[in-house]
Amino acid sequence: MSSNAAQIRIYLAVFGALLLFTGITIWVAFHDYGPLNTPIAIGIACTKATLVVLYFMHLKDSTKLTKVIAAAGFFWLLILFSLTFADYVARHPVRFPGS
Amino acid sequence: MHSHDAPVAHQFDDAGQQQEAVTLGMWLFLAQEILFFGGLFLTYAVYRSLYPEAYAAASHELDITLGGINTAVLITSSLTMAMAVHSAHAGRRKAILGWLVATLALGGAFLGIKAVEYAAKFEHHLFPGPHFQFPDPALAAPARIYYSLYFAMTGMHALHMVIGFGILLWLIWLTARGRITAQRAAPVEMTGLYWHFVDIVWIFLFPLLYLIGRHG
Repeated sequence: MSSNAAQIRIYLAVFGALLLFTGITIWVAFHDYGPLNTPIAIGIACTKATLVVLYFMHLKDSTKLTKVIAAAGFFWLLILFSLTFADYVARHPVRFPGS
Repeated sequence: MHSHDAPVAHQFDDAGQQQEAVTLGMWLFLAQEILFFGGLFLTYAVYRSLYPEAYAAASHELDITLGGINTAVLITSSLTMAMAVHSAHAGRRKAILGWLVATLALGGAFLGIKAVEYAAKFEHHLFPGPHFQFPDPALAAPARIYYSLYFAMTGMHALHMVIGFGILLWLIWLTARGRITAQRAAPVEMTGLYWHFVDIVWIFLFPLLYLIGRHG
């Protein structure tokens, strides 16, 4: 474990990075990057989430078993999305009457 | 290792093992929370892939300033929560109380701003009920789906905030009575994990709901 002041400096750095990334994601949204806008927004959100998980939630200093459980949560989410979209991309869109 | 002032439940060998079990249990709960919110995010993604124009048009009705301020408020509350956990490990009671109250206040500010946003949506007939109206009638049906998801996702997130608010009040009470010490910091630490998780959900909700197709 790091010392008292060092730990607080880490928290402040993470806090600053989270605010900075929030600003960047808003800035990016007002610029046209074509099909890349959404991947950039999701990439920034994933970066912010990783910072929170590693430093605020201390996963970095957790046991291997805890890390596996945390990773499993995200892995199952990935399965949920992949299998569902594997189905949806092969379908015709649902049409509302009159649209 | 034996620590005589750490209250260890009888099923554990020592405080270290108890700490590992508590942390693991909390992460298991959070893993199912990921999937719980995952279902909502999945539904959002499926309909967004089908109706991208309606999503963009509906997203334009949201207040980006209020959403942005709320993002900053929530991130700040994560910092104050992390400081509460940090103080709990050091056993500094006044500091724990101060950071918990700050977190509570920021959580309250978030919910207050959310309430202002909800009120505006009701006023503009954007709540997907019998009075739902959308400026572009051609996009009204899929925009209604967007707003159903907007209220379901932000509502479920807000419900988690309200529960967190209650847990914080309980922690403040425990701390004030001297029941949180360096050896008994787990309640604060686990609440921290929960609070940060709820913050992460918002980190995804903000760009996905507020920031679609804002350019041009």
